[in-house]
Amino acid sequence: MKKVGNHKSILKVITLNLAFLLSVSLSSFAQEAAAPAPATDVAAAPAAGAGDPAAGKALFNANCAACHKLDAKMTGPALRGVAERRDRAWLGKWIKNSKDLIASGDADAVKIFEEFNKTPMTAFPQLSDADVDNILAYTSQPKEEPKAVAGVAGAGAQAGDAMGISNNLVLGLLAVILTLLVGLLFMVNNTLRKISAANGVEVADRKLSLLPLWRSFAKNQFLVLVSTILLMLMSAYFAYGYFMQVGVDQNYAPIQPIHYSHKIHAGDNGIDCKYCHSAARTSKNAGIPSLNVCMNCHKNISEFQGDKDSTYVDYTKEFYTAEIQKLYDAVGWDKATQKYTGKQKPVKWVRIHNLQDFVYFNHSQHVSVAGLECQTCHGPVETFEIMKQHSPLTMGWCINCHRETNVKTEGNAYYEKIHAELSKKYGVDKLTAAQMGGLECGKCHY
Amino acid sequence: MSSNKKYWKSVEELNENSSIVETLRNNEFVEEIPTDEFLGDAASLASSNTTRRDFLKYVGFSTAAATLAACEGPVHKSIPYVVQPEEIIPGIADYYATSFSDGFDFANILVKTREGRPIKVENNKIEGAHFHANARVHASVLSLYDSLRLKTSKIAGKDASWTEANAKIKASVAEAKAKGGKVVVLTNTSASPSTDRLIAQFVAANANAKHVVYDAVSSSEALDAFQAVYGERALADYDFSKANVIVSIGADFLGDWQGGGFDAGYAQGRVPQNGKMSRHFQFEANMTLSGAAADKRVPMTVSAQKQALVQIYNVVTGSSVGAAKDEAVAKAAQQLKAAGSKGVLVCGIDDKNAQLLVLAINRALGSEAFNTGNTRQIRKGNNADVKQLIADMKAGAVHTLIMNGVNPVYSLPNGKEFAEALKKVKLSATFSMKEDETALASSVAVATPHYLESWGDVSIVKGSYAITQPTIRPLFDTVQFQDALLSWNGSTQSYYDYIRSSYAGAKTWNQLVHDGVEFTTLASGAGAGADFNTAAAVLANAKSTGMELVLYTKTGMGDGQQANNPWLQEFPDPITRASWDNYVTVSKSDAEALGLENWNVANGGLDGSLATLKVGNVTLENVPVMIQPGQAKGTVGLALGYGRKAAMKEEMQVGVNAYTLYNNFSNVQSVSLTKESGSHEFACVQLQKTLMGRGDIIKETSLEIFNTKDAAEWNIMPVVSLDHKEVAASSVDLWESFDRSIGHHFNLSIDLNACTGCGACVIACHAENNVPVVGKSEVRRSRDMHWLRIDRYYSSETTFEGDNKTKAASDGLMDSISTLRGMEDASENPQVAFQPVMCQHCNHAPCETVCPVAATSHGRQGQNQMAYNRCVGTRYCANNCPYKVRRFNWFLYNNNDEFNYHMNDDLGRMVLNPDVNARSRGVMEKCSMCIQMTQKTILDAKRDGRVIKDGEFQTACSNACTSGAMVFGDVNDKESHVAKLAEDKRAYHLLEHIGTKPNVVYHVKVRN
Repeated sequence: MKKVGNHKSILKVITLNLAFLLSVSLSSFAQEAAAPAPATDVAAAPAAGAGDPAAGKALFNANCAACHKLDAKMTGPALRGVAERRDRAWLGKWIKNSKDLIASGDADAVKIFEEFNKTPMTAFPQLSDADVDNILAYTSQPKEEPKAVAGVAGAGAQAGDAMGISNNLVLGLLAVILTLLVGLLFMVNNTLRKISAANGVEVADRKLSLLPLWRSFAKNQFLVLVSTILLMLMSAYFAYGYFMQVGVDQNYAPIQPIHYSHKIHAGDNGIDCKYCHSAARTSKNAGIPSLNVCMNCHKNISEFQGDKDSTYVDYTKEFYTAEIQKLYDAVGWDKATQKYTGKQKPVKWVRIHNLQDFVYFNHSQHVSVAGLECQTCHGPVETFEIMKQHSPLTMGWCINCHRETNVKTEGNAYYEKIHAELSKKYGVDKLTAAQMGGLECGKCHY
Repeated sequence: MSSNKKYWKSVEELNENSSIVETLRNNEFVEEIPTDEFLGDAASLASSNTTRRDFLKYVGFSTAAATLAACEGPVHKSIPYVVQPEEIIPGIADYYATSFSDGFDFANILVKTREGRPIKVENNKIEGAHFHANARVHASVLSLYDSLRLKTSKIAGKDASWTEANAKIKASVAEAKAKGGKVVVLTNTSASPSTDRLIAQFVAANANAKHVVYDAVSSSEALDAFQAVYGERALADYDFSKANVIVSIGADFLGDWQGGGFDAGYAQGRVPQNGKMSRHFQFEANMTLSGAAADKRVPMTVSAQKQALVQIYNVVTGSSVGAAKDEAVAKAAQQLKAAGSKGVLVCGIDDKNAQLLVLAINRALGSEAFNTGNTRQIRKGNNADVKQLIADMKAGAVHTLIMNGVNPVYSLPNGKEFAEALKKVKLSATFSMKEDETALASSVAVATPHYLESWGDVSIVKGSYAITQPTIRPLFDTVQFQDALLSWNGSTQSYYDYIRSSYAGAKTWNQLVHDGVEFTTLASGAGAGADFNTAAAVLANAKSTGMELVLYTKTGMGDGQQANNPWLQEFPDPITRASWDNYVTVSKSDAEALGLENWNVANGGLDGSLATLKVGNVTLENVPVMIQPGQAKGTVGLALGYGRKAAMKEEMQVGVNAYTLYNNFSNVQSVSLTKESGSHEFACVQLQKTLMGRGDIIKETSLEIFNTKDAAEWNIMPVVSLDHKEVAASSVDLWESFDRSIGHHFNLSIDLNACTGCGACVIACHAENNVPVVGKSEVRRSRDMHWLRIDRYYSSETTFEGDNKTKAASDGLMDSISTLRGMEDASENPQVAFQPVMCQHCNHAPCETVCPVAATSHGRQGQNQMAYNRCVGTRYCANNCPYKVRRFNWFLYNNNDEFNYHMNDDLGRMVLNPDVNARSRGVMEKCSMCIQMTQKTILDAKRDGRVIKDGEFQTACSNACTSGAMVFGDVNDKESHVAKLAEDKRAYHLLEHIGTKPNVVYHVKVRN
């Protein structure tokens, strides 16, 4: 099975490093930390109606951001510079109650209503004129130019190697030093030989005969026996180790058609696992979420907006936004018109957790009945940038857990009788899954 | 001392100058080794430059490569829905209430779907759903995935779109209207009010149009009789649970007689309650399921049956029409009369007069079981109309013929004539699921959807209204006949909208679709009078004409519509236990007279003689002969529905087409039989016919003894010797028993009184557990894979009781041997008993102790568990199983061209149950007591945090059993039905004396 970790063979690393060393001077790697762009001068912004853009930003995020962006169409139009485009009074009316404005037959209002699929804008009568001014001040701020990022931190794909570079660098340096040393030794040796030749000193060509050593070893039958046994034991050990890992795909982390980061979703944004994998509660399959579930949020989140100084340094914002675009392509969502095109391309995910056909496993038993955390088997998924198989999923692993884990019987009427009887029989208060019969072959194999 | 002895192998060696010995000495092998045969093409071999060394290198390399490649797991792709339908959660089954109707079988069912594909048929148990699924309906889900279905419409054999085909049909109908040609709509009995309305509209709109209803297996005579008396072209319904005395004359009402579905009611009356059960007399020619269940079965030719019917008529109504007298008939007649309203008579003779007498007798009795209110709508075929149609076609009077759900070219006795006559029809259009014989002969063949892909409605009995709803999107480019009708009637509505808008019942539409059925009880009609005496007189005068051929339909095959269904082909006939065949059943004495034989060959397979059947001018050559105990002398039986060729896989083209002998739509024909040379190989799953007096396998007693004597006398507990004293076998044990009192402990109870042998459980088990189909030659080698078999036993004497006595009476070794040898043959008119046998889930299982790898082990819940992945295939367990219920996978049955059944194509594999593993070659398998179902029930309860109610635990077989013979449940729940049944005084275990302590309980069969 393809394992990402195996892709970089040592050979490849060395070749890469040498190439690097040859092509780039060392100094070029001294990465400069991207200097923080100077904060946009608030006062310098054109003051429209003298609102406070900072307060406006807060208001915008609280009230408008669900449907509007500054620079892109969403459910509603892009709002940057709207104050220049429209009359202030008109805007006030529209924001406070767009329905009335449309009903009154205002041409602009009707046009914009039609343009956005007749989706009425929520009325905001609670916003004061000052609030509106603040928001408009915020929307009138000039667009922040994308900061020029120094050095190689350009293409997202390359960024993945960033971690490797420092290691490679050290290794490369070592290699160079070693080569130098070897060269030096050779040269010293050569020079010495030349000197000795010049001085007429006969250098005894000591032929290192290994034969007697080998012969003495061969003669010592005890040693031969012991080392043979040792050799066999070792090879048996490694052979066993090799065969036991056949079919065990722990840490299997295939490349998926869409780079989906559990870390961003479950970790940083704290989305519950079962929001997307809802079937885990009721079904044997946890279910890979259908794309319409993604669209519940991603209808409004069309670009990556994580904090740049957080942990996303491995991938660029553009990279993530491109991945979101892949989702749109698959589900057939046109970002510009905010409409489904009907052209769907189902995503062919690579399945990570593959239980054999002869094993019956039911998620709902573990998630709903036993109340286990998903992380118990799947590991700290909320920290996984790339999803991988955390547990070995071997039978021994299952059985161990069944032996150790207590069944959650409290408050479950089904267990009342059997718990009372069994705990009396075994003289314990808590019952493990094994004591409940969870080790019987037929419970998982049929 | 040296010996001068000369050892010789043949006399020839003693002859010193023998040339033969000389030749043999020079040749290492007596015969030339046929190297050419296995080396094949010598020329290409000679030109090949692969040396032996190279060859070995290749072998070595490919083995190493294959081994290495095996270490790499495959990459699996998971493709979720783009937009997931709300009701589908992967991993959870959805159930849809729907109805089955194919013109022959009708049922209210539930369809289990997984991830949007139907995988199993179950019974709709909602109030008002009367018709339960039989074996064929259970198997119908597989016909959906038939790879040989018609995938698109065809015009003159070439693929065409529906638009083209429709334009052609419409033009032809218009032309007929303009020119005054006849348009005939030939359909099966749809029993669908909406379809009938649409056809009526079509006929009304085209003055020259006519609707003809054709049933392949006709009940036209019974319909005529009922129409004459009650004015409605329908059939009476019977509720046998209300009858104490049941007399059947040639009616296999537990089989397919008048649409079948009577077994649930019948079985209710057959379980002794408060010392009472119904008494059942059967007068019949072929051995049928009803005959097997009867208390008193009299084999009778059909002509004698007619006399019997008149005799009963005389007794019950007090008439005096002259007829032959028979003692057994007189006894039945008197008891029937004495039972009065608690008696009922049914008759399967295809004769209007006979059917009139049935009505007269039941009316005279005032039978409660006889229901003329909620009449059966499921047979409407009109023989006269069909004959007229053929005559018209031959005369060239039919311009356009539109057919739906019929295959007359195959199922008419003069099918060839029909095919010829089709050529005189300007346009013939067939709506068919398969490119069958008729579709091939028609100018337009329209692909229709399977019932699981269609909308529809059906009124099985008057007062009931059931919905057919699709459970999957159409797999192919198909059009429903009703949608076509709507289009011809000039409507733009879809059939779904049509049904929905025309529904006028009491339920809301959503409720109706949810329930699947709506039912109102109607009062029985009074009916008009008729000249019954004349009918009786005509019947009494009917003359017998030589050997009678009685045509019947098999439990597995029915009228043959699902002949390409491997489950049904492999389903063994409940009576003969033969699969993959039809054959002529002959009584033993007739067989002897004609020199016909059955014999077993070395591998255990049954062989039979061949015979040629001649009815009128038609001959059916080389029909295999099966000697059938209980077959009435002077009659032979032959099953319809076989011998189909068109749109059939080669393996499934078995048997002979008996429809060619179905003259005049009469199931009785005068026939002559002649023996042919050669023999036929049967594939029987049971080779022993009789019980040999082992009354402890099927315990049987009479109602009288059951009522009067102690259970210990008729339900004898076997004894074993312990410390030189005889003690009950159940009290002795080699092993320490587990504590089974905690948690669930599953038991399956099987009531031999209620089991009619209908086989619905066998097919349900097949569907639920992914049991493979192995084919005829493997079945013949006793390698059938059925997890559940229904053993059929005949008595050697006239009764099983007699067997026990005969065996007990034999004395001494020689006498015993000759007695037992004699008992191998079944009686001429034996008693028959059915016994479903599956894994008995022994608490002390012999299989578990011999498994060297512990692949089979016992669960605390009573199930004997089989871990396939652990099994290495030693087959010790099967050898040590006293019940012979373990099945070995001799081959890989899926994805294997040698077994080209449903599991060999992607379409057919869609029927597999994803919760059950498909077994591979070399492992043992057996009944798991549907552990996947019990585990699911437990999990559902755990998730809801509730206690499990009685009846929630089911297995596929107990779920499919409508006669109540199989009851499954938890015996640790003392209030449960099964716990009570397990403690019943009729309860016993199979082979109790070997101390296996099974978890399957049988109930002593009681005959009245």
